[in-house]
Amino acid sequence: MISRIRAIAFNTFREAIRDRVLYNLIVFAFLMIGASLLLGQITIGVERQLLINLGLTAISIFGVLIAIFIGIGLVSKEIDKRTLYTVLSRPVQRWEFIVGKYFGLVGTLVVNAGLMTLGFFVALLYLMHRLQPSDTSILAAIYFILLQFMMITAIALLLSSFSTPIESAVLTFAIFVVGSFSEDLRNFAEAAKGTTHYATLALSYLIPNFATMNYIAPVARGNPVPGSLILYNTLYGLLYAATAVCGASLIFQNRNLK
Amino acid sequence: MRDIRKVMVTIETRNLEKTYRVGFWRAKPKVALRPLTLSVDHGEIFGYLGPNGAGKTTTLKLLMGLAEPSGGSFTILGGDITDPAIRAQIGFLPEQPYFYDYLTPLELLNYFAALSAVPAKERTRRIDATLKRVGLQEDAWTTQLRKFSKGMLQRVGLAQAIVHEPKLVVLDEPMSGLDPMGRREVRDLIEELHHEGRTVFFSTHILSDAEALCDRVAVLSRGELKGIGVVADLIGSVKGNVEIMWHGAQTVPTLRGLGLEVHTVGETARAVVPEAQVDKVIDALRAHQAKLIAVTPMRTTLEDYFLAKIGAPTEVAR
Repeated sequence: MISRIRAIAFNTFREAIRDRVLYNLIVFAFLMIGASLLLGQITIGVERQLLINLGLTAISIFGVLIAIFIGIGLVSKEIDKRTLYTVLSRPVQRWEFIVGKYFGLVGTLVVNAGLMTLGFFVALLYLMHRLQPSDTSILAAIYFILLQFMMITAIALLLSSFSTPIESAVLTFAIFVVGSFSEDLRNFAEAAKGTTHYATLALSYLIPNFATMNYIAPVARGNPVPGSLILYNTLYGLLYAATAVCGASLIFQNRNLK
Repeated sequence: MRDIRKVMVTIETRNLEKTYRVGFWRAKPKVALRPLTLSVDHGEIFGYLGPNGAGKTTTLKLLMGLAEPSGGSFTILGGDITDPAIRAQIGFLPEQPYFYDYLTPLELLNYFAALSAVPAKERTRRIDATLKRVGLQEDAWTTQLRKFSKGMLQRVGLAQAIVHEPKLVVLDEPMSGLDPMGRREVRDLIEELHHEGRTVFFSTHILSDAEALCDRVAVLSRGELKGIGVVADLIGSVKGNVEIMWHGAQTVPTLRGLGLEVHTVGETARAVVPEAQVDKVIDALRAHQAKLIAVTPMRTTLEDYFLAKIGAPTEVAR
């Protein structure tokens, strides 16, 4: 089982790293980090804050775009191109295929984020001439970004298991945007009355809470990341992603291939 | 006797059927395969024939567990297709396969061998042997598949279907897109697999391939089994006509006078003659001093059988 999932994950990773679209996005992300470096140099006093804000946002946005655009095609592309037939005629369970594809893309995102993090720290070192012990909190913020990637990928996979790639892309992006403002949604639910109250409350629990995972601004201001938040976000992110991947596997299990 | 046969059966379907729901709200049923009962014996080459859209690919998808049957049941290698141990013994080539075009043949075969639990230390040897076997030039082994022609892709497709040395090889239109030489090589490969004791089940609409290769064939049309039988029996029977060829065009008016249709190319002439008239025609040719080239009894071809079955009512399969 493990060897099959590993083979599928590695193949997915190889597909992603041989895709030119991915490199275009990475180049854009590095350009963003470079631009924030320039902005930092012409700003007085807040150059570090600006670099962290813009740099980590670039890592987050481009990672989310990669997660959505590759995530929605993970399964549908294999069905359209019929590459799936030869895979599923092997001793591969359908859920193993889904899990393998998922880990393959998450692996790609982790490697990309790792590269961009390296680029970011080089920029930070260039700007500040030295790194501080408090910079480790930047790594915690990046870890939260990775958790978001895991959730977004799982959501894209789930939605693409029953809708078209375009619908999945739009919906996943909408969920990412709404999830990033989930605190506001919860506040709105508290203020609302009757059916609206229950509907928005249910929606606020259903949609992932990305707000709690966005710790870029506090880190940029030099605030430390509480250990309890790391624990909470880890549990929440992993549980949410696992549930979505299980849902995708269940739907895919009973699907007729055209 | 029945028990012994059962052990020897590789594929057995019982009233296997498939209906898709199409249209808005999926309200309209579309029958892709009517109840199909057939068996494929161990070690035989079985041809699954039918025109385009007959339901061949649907049947193969059901057998490979890629689609859920609407009714009936089937066994493969004595077990259930959902059992990974059974699937490990099957090699499948889909129709018009499209493989991961960012991979090289070596990477692709390594991937599929890994999925089929071929031990890592065995893989290199088996992959090399398989690629040589399907006739793929060594300099193409490390080229990405996106640069391959259709014929080369078909070879890679065949390679992935046999790299794990399966007991049953299921091929959907394996000769499609190949030039005459490629088709010949695939035919040779199928025969080799047969000699190794593997069962080959393949669909095709190219009847000459089926006639040259198959032990038995089944004919499918509009989702319905129209006939099934041993190829040697189907194509052997004499049709009651004899083809006569001779040299000497001066005989043509006389033979046309006997009511025969005579075709001529230069001095060579040819006519299809009812058996009862053969002696009379040969006598006439001798009388005109024509040179007899050939007298060949006409036999039923697989094409005759196929065309007869396509328009015929359903026959009960064995």
